[in-house]
Amino acid sequence: MLTKRQPPGILGGQMTNPTYELVCGMEVHAELKTASKMFCGCKNDPFGAEKPNSHTCPVCLALPGALPVANKKAIEWTIMLGLALGCKINLFSKFDRKHYFYPDLPKGYQISQYDLPFCYDGKLETSFGTVRIHRIHLEEDTGKLLHKKINGEDVSLIDFNRGGVPLIEIVTEADIHSPEQAKEYGKKLREILRFLEISDCDMDQGGMRLEANVSVRPVGTTEMPSYKTELKNINSFKFMEQAINFEMKRQEKLLAAGETVVQETLGWNVSTQQTFSQRSKEEAEDYRYFPDPDLPPIRFTQAQIDVIKKSLPELPTQIVERWENEYQIEPRFGTKLFNTASEANIFESLFSSAKNKKVALDKLASALVNKQVSLPAVESDVEKIINEFAKLNSVEDVDTGELKATIQTILSENPDVKEKYAKGEKQVIGFLMGQVMRVSGKKLDPAAVRATILLSLEK
Amino acid sequence: MTDLNKLTLKKAQKLVAEKEVTAAEIQQACIDQIKEVNGKLNIFLSHLDVPVTASEGSLHSLPIAVKDNVCTLDFPTTASSKVLEGYRPPYEASIVRKVKEAGGVILGKTNLDAWAHGSSTETSDFGLTLNPRNPDFLPGGSSGGSAASVASDTCIIAIGTETAGSIRQPSAWCGVVGLKPTYGRVSRYGIAAMASSTDSPGPIAKTVEDAATLLDFMAGHDPLDATSNPAEHPVFSNSLNKKISGMKVGVLYQDLKGLEEVRPYIDAASKVLEDLGAEVEYSQALDPHYAISVYTIVQRAEVSSNLARYTGIRYGNDRSHFGDEAKRRIMLGTHALRKGYADKYYLSAQKVRAKFALDFEKLFKKYDVLISASSPTLAEKIGASEGSSMFGELADMLQEPSSICGLPGINVPCFRDPETNLFLGLNIVAPAWREDLVIQFGDAYEKATTWNSWRTND
Amino acid sequence: MSAVISKKLVDEIAHLANIPLSDKELSSITAAFDETLQVIDNLSEIDTTGIEPAHHTTGLENIMREDVVDNERMFSQEEALSQAKKTNVGYFVVPRILHND
Repeated sequence: MLTKRQPPGILGGQMTNPTYELVCGMEVHAELKTASKMFCGCKNDPFGAEKPNSHTCPVCLALPGALPVANKKAIEWTIMLGLALGCKINLFSKFDRKHYFYPDLPKGYQISQYDLPFCYDGKLETSFGTVRIHRIHLEEDTGKLLHKKINGEDVSLIDFNRGGVPLIEIVTEADIHSPEQAKEYGKKLREILRFLEISDCDMDQGGMRLEANVSVRPVGTTEMPSYKTELKNINSFKFMEQAINFEMKRQEKLLAAGETVVQETLGWNVSTQQTFSQRSKEEAEDYRYFPDPDLPPIRFTQAQIDVIKKSLPELPTQIVERWENEYQIEPRFGTKLFNTASEANIFESLFSSAKNKKVALDKLASALVNKQVSLPAVESDVEKIINEFAKLNSVEDVDTGELKATIQTILSENPDVKEKYAKGEKQVIGFLMGQVMRVSGKKLDPAAVRATILLSLEK
Repeated sequence: MTDLNKLTLKKAQKLVAEKEVTAAEIQQACIDQIKEVNGKLNIFLSHLDVPVTASEGSLHSLPIAVKDNVCTLDFPTTASSKVLEGYRPPYEASIVRKVKEAGGVILGKTNLDAWAHGSSTETSDFGLTLNPRNPDFLPGGSSGGSAASVASDTCIIAIGTETAGSIRQPSAWCGVVGLKPTYGRVSRYGIAAMASSTDSPGPIAKTVEDAATLLDFMAGHDPLDATSNPAEHPVFSNSLNKKISGMKVGVLYQDLKGLEEVRPYIDAASKVLEDLGAEVEYSQALDPHYAISVYTIVQRAEVSSNLARYTGIRYGNDRSHFGDEAKRRIMLGTHALRKGYADKYYLSAQKVRAKFALDFEKLFKKYDVLISASSPTLAEKIGASEGSSMFGELADMLQEPSSICGLPGINVPCFRDPETNLFLGLNIVAPAWREDLVIQFGDAYEKATTWNSWRTND
Repeated sequence: MSAVISKKLVDEIAHLANIPLSDKELSSITAAFDETLQVIDNLSEIDTTGIEPAHHTTGLENIMREDVVDNERMFSQEEALSQAKKTNVGYFVVPRILHND
């Protein structure tokens, strides 16, 4: 009797080929695009600065005697993001000092938030499932280090233009179970940040930074793994996906061989396509957090939070859904049309105005996406674009006399056409139409041209 | 006119306004006096050599001595530490800007215990300051230089800072008036931070009237300091020459062990207030020995954090230049914040601090002001602070309760030992934002007694 | 009096606090540490049940600034670098730290 071959690792006996699943949480940092820095009035434009250390002051240079004062807009935007991600808001909140020594951190501590972040317990939906947001807090960015050799000596050069820029940190639970999901999460988060117009999220400029905590566990188990490695300093979604993939396989191999995974910080080497160790995480750093005595605490009323909530724009997924229902615009077009809330508003005006004029909205959307009409930059462009679209589908008035004359000219240049038509070769009509259109150089109403050609041929 | 440096601020303002004397002459008299005594007393770390003119204002170009932890554009700012030796701040403190806008002239920068860590000025990295009343003795600290400047008439008035006792205790030991405003009353922007939650700049002066006058210029909201009170402050000079009859005074700490030397003088001071019509009563408060612990932990924790910026990278010298006292405080403060220790030390200290606040709240339901000795002893001999790792915090025991709660206080001289020429000071404390009360009582006491060295000049 | 704290612990703290110490300093600071810890140990004698820590004494809340650029306080590059001992083409300079890239 033939026994059916069992697939590996199933049903009783030894698991000969256990499969592991990814257990991953992400930490994303995004620079807020306020006009000024988080705790001082210096210009917030690190990438656009003319020269290094030209956007600094006593506060962000940490001179003796300097004191921080919190940027109200940065706080409001943090609450706004939290509400957009369905978070609860801590009505009482504060800033804490996080201590460690590093040349790009001039005070020797970073002003951040420890146990009372502005936002907590939110979520972001991905096609793979919900990713819970553990917390969102506000802190200040560090300066930038450049490594160089000067006169044979290895040195680091420090630029504090970026020091003190407001930085929002979004931390998820370990709900991410595939590199693809990590990528989608990152992209969706970026979309929301850009949509709310609080961050440009330019990854090349360090405006958005991704970190992933990676562990694996056998499929079917639910316990949190006892270790994790931290992937840091990865500045593209593609590299993040590759790094997580690599790291998963590396960890699986170690665990399958009965070894333990060392808890450490890893970077991604693009050329070798491997993760590499940056720093051992055996001993977690002792940041000696305590509430910053220079900054009085923040206390919101529920009414103030409600005002911010009301001011939240409709989010991208909601807009696209509504446009499908209200305007019959296919989501594949809807999602391509806007990046920010301001842009979405302008399209809203366009579509509602076009709807009133009984324009074919699905065709309009297609024309916009295919760039057959210009994209509206401001509200006042709406009328102009509706006209452009109308012209696209309209035809020129036919001068019957001119048309007859054109047809006669073509027929005399092509004497065999009439014969062919008489024999029943109907395709000559198409030939004639093409010729007429070409010669006249205008966009003529095809039906009228056809009719006139037929008349001429019948003669 | 001779001895122009001995003028009070009030008298000097009047004479200059009436054109009987010029500010330049007064400045010159102070500069001459500095040249006379500074070599020996080591009061000023930097100072003017010739008079300068200032902008218009009712401070009339009068010379003000400023503690060297306050950033000035015109002089180096060292906090008396080798870490900042030669440091020239590219900006100035808000209180310096205010005082200059009112026409004041910064005469020079005075010596302090390095980083304001101490109560003797002996731990300055640039040599100790001697007490002008008797140079075998210490001037107290950490604002020892500013207090000594006033006592030696090398300035018309001075600015000091108090974290816990650092205005009032050296003022007591030098026999001058020292006013510590409510924390948050005067901007800290531009003052090298020691304990961010208690640092309070204030005037050190020849009379209570002078102190109130300068405070009127120093006080007020500063948008660059998030802990400064946005509310407008009252005119402090209006609290002078007011009767205290019918008001209630609580006398504290008289039964504490170790206060034997000063007790009789505080009793005498209480009697003076009683004779002026106040109701004076001996009262109990939370034992200030606990305030020593609270203060030591909270202050050192904040110090360890505030001194983390001094690495020599952006300015100054590296951390090997810290003196012993600074190193000790930074390390104890770091320890008090560490994982596994922060709850036991830092968090407990902040809770006991809250208890002191509640204790004062209770006392101020009964009393308008509270008085005590400013210091358990008169000025101590040179060398007294050496060998003790907690000299400062122990010496300031009587000031720490009010300092950790941010309350305003004033020191007024209340005794002079004719043999040693050393002074004792009376400490008057009021509820938060009630500098008017400490000024009222301090002024009344000063005018009813003869301990003030400048009163006879009026 | 028995030692409350060990030299090893003090050495760890010195590293955490970024304070360079000679052996001699380590010994004297350990002794000073002991002395201080004995004094501050009395806090446990006070009952603080139900008491919230007093991190601030002013009672102020919500002190913030508008998002406006403050050109007056901003330094030129020269001013920013003016007090540093080591600079190079507009940057502050430190020896390269190798383990933390």
